[in-house]
Amino acid sequence: MINSHEIIETVKMIGEHHLDVRTITMGLNLLDCVSPSGKETATRVYEKIVRNAGNLVATGDRIGSMYGIPIVNKRVSVTPISLVGASSGAYLEIAKALDKAAKEIGIDFIGGYSALVQKGATDKENAFLDTIPEALTITDKVCSSVNVASTRAGINMDVVAKVGKLIKEAAYLTRDRESIACAKFVAFANAVEDNPFMAGAFHGVGEADKVINVGVSGPGVVKTALEKIPDADLSTVCEVIKKTAFKVTRVGQLVAQTASDMLNANFGIVDLSLAPTPVVGDSVAHILEEIGLEQVGGCGTTACLALLNDAVKKGGIMASSHVGGLSGAFIPVSEDIGMINAVRSGALSIQKLEAMTAVCSVGLDMIAIPGDTPAEVISALIADEAAIGVVNNKTTAVRVIPAYGKKAGDEVEFGGLLGRAPIMDISTVSPLKFVSRGGRIAAPVHANKN
Amino acid sequence: MKAFITVMGKDKVGIIAGVATSLAECGVNILDINQTILQNTFTMIMAVEGAGSTLSFEEVQEKLAKKGSELGVEIQIRHEDIFNAMHNI
Repeated sequence: MINSHEIIETVKMIGEHHLDVRTITMGLNLLDCVSPSGKETATRVYEKIVRNAGNLVATGDRIGSMYGIPIVNKRVSVTPISLVGASSGAYLEIAKALDKAAKEIGIDFIGGYSALVQKGATDKENAFLDTIPEALTITDKVCSSVNVASTRAGINMDVVAKVGKLIKEAAYLTRDRESIACAKFVAFANAVEDNPFMAGAFHGVGEADKVINVGVSGPGVVKTALEKIPDADLSTVCEVIKKTAFKVTRVGQLVAQTASDMLNANFGIVDLSLAPTPVVGDSVAHILEEIGLEQVGGCGTTACLALLNDAVKKGGIMASSHVGGLSGAFIPVSEDIGMINAVRSGALSIQKLEAMTAVCSVGLDMIAIPGDTPAEVISALIADEAAIGVVNNKTTAVRVIPAYGKKAGDEVEFGGLLGRAPIMDISTVSPLKFVSRGGRIAAPVHANKN
Repeated sequence: MKAFITVMGKDKVGIIAGVATSLAECGVNILDINQTILQNTFTMIMAVEGAGSTLSFEEVQEKLAKKGSELGVEIQIRHEDIFNAMHNI
C-alpha cells in the first residue's frame, strides 16, 4: 500500500520540481510508401502518418491527465527520407508532406529527414543532402539529421566537409528568423535508431512498423533531491541520484506502456535522458552546481557530469524493461538557464563543452556561434566531436547555429523549448587543408571486435 | 478504477464536506481518508474507487478542480498506477 509520504512526494515532484515526460515519440516505418512517382510517395507518406499518428496528441493528453503529469511534446519519427525518396528523388515534396501531416495531427516535431552516410554516400544520398537547407527553410516542424561517422566505419570526411557548408547555407536561408533552420539539424556519430529526441530522431530500418519511444526528463527533481544532502559525500550523492532516476524512469515506463497499448503500437524504449528546459528549476547545469561547483564550466565540471550521467543510467536501467535512445544527461546550451548564465559570465567555453561531451549524451548541442564562422571550421568541429564518439564507442552530435549577422556576445532567441543562446566565441584558426583533403578517417582499432 | 486525490491549501471550514459531496455527486466511492495540517497547510489524501461513476475520469477531474477553486484549495486526482510505478518494485 502506498503511504501518504510517497503520494505527497510524487505530487511535489510533478507540481513543484518540474517532473515531466518530455516526449512521446511514435516511430513510423515509411518504406511501404515508396513509389517511383514523387507525388504518389508524398501522398502515401502524408496518409500513413495521419492514419497512424492521428490520435497521438489526444492520447498523450489523455495519459497526461490520467496520471496528472505533463507530457510536454508529442512527436513522430520516420524512416530516413534519403531512403524513402531515393526512387523518386522528390525529397522536398516529401518534406512538405511531412510538415503538412505534422500540422494536421498537431504534433510538435517530425524527425527523419535524415541520411546514414557514415561510410559512403550514394549519388542519390548526395542529392538528398543538398536539399536539407531548403527543406528546413520551407517547413516548420521537420527535423533533419545526418550520421557522418560510426565506431565500425570511421568518419566520412567527404560528408563532414559537405555538412559544414549545408549548415552555413541553412543559416543564411533563415537569416530573417535567427538562422533557426540550424536548430532543426544535427550531425551524428553513432546515431541510434530509436531516439525519441529532436532534432535527431529517425525511425531505423531495424525497427517494427509502429513503435512508441518515450523520453523522460526531470533535472529539477534531481536537484531538489540533492539539496536535501548538502554535506553528504559523493557516494551518497550517486545513491540519491540513482534513486531519483529510478522513480523518474518508472513514470516513463508507465507512460510508454500505456501509450503503446492505447495506440496499438509496439513498445520501443524509454530514453533515460535528463533533458533541461529554459525554465528556472529545470537545469542540468544547476545539478552540477548543487554537487559543488561555483558555476558550470570550471574545473571539475567534466567529473561532476560523468558522475551524474552514470548514476542516472544505473538508477534508470532497472526501472524500464527496455532502455534505449540516447539515455544520459543533455547539455544543450540554449535550453538550460544554468548553461546560458555560465556562457554569459564567461565561465563556460566551447572547449569545456567539448570535453563534457566525452562523458554524457550527446554532444555540442544548441550552441550559437558567430555568423561569419567559416564552413570548414564547422566541419572540423563536427570531425572533433565525431572522433570523440567513434573512439569512445558512444553517440556524439553537433547542433550549432552560425547565427547570420551575429557576433560573439550577441544573443539569439528561438523561443519555446529551444530557448535563447548567447553567441559563443570559437577559434577560427584554419583547418581548411585538413577538411579539404576529403576521404575517410579509418575505424579505430577497437572497432575490430569480431 | 482506483485513484488518489490530493487536496492542499489553506485550512477552513467545510473542505472535507465539500470534496466528499462532489465525489458523491460524481458517484465516486471514498475508500480511505488521511488528513493532516502540514506546516500550516491543509493536506488531505483520499483513496477512491470510480468504477461506479457514470462520468469519465476527465469529467471528475474537471468537477474537482472547480470545487477546489471554490474552496480555495488545490485538488488533484491521479490514477493509482503512477504511485505504484514510482514507489513499488
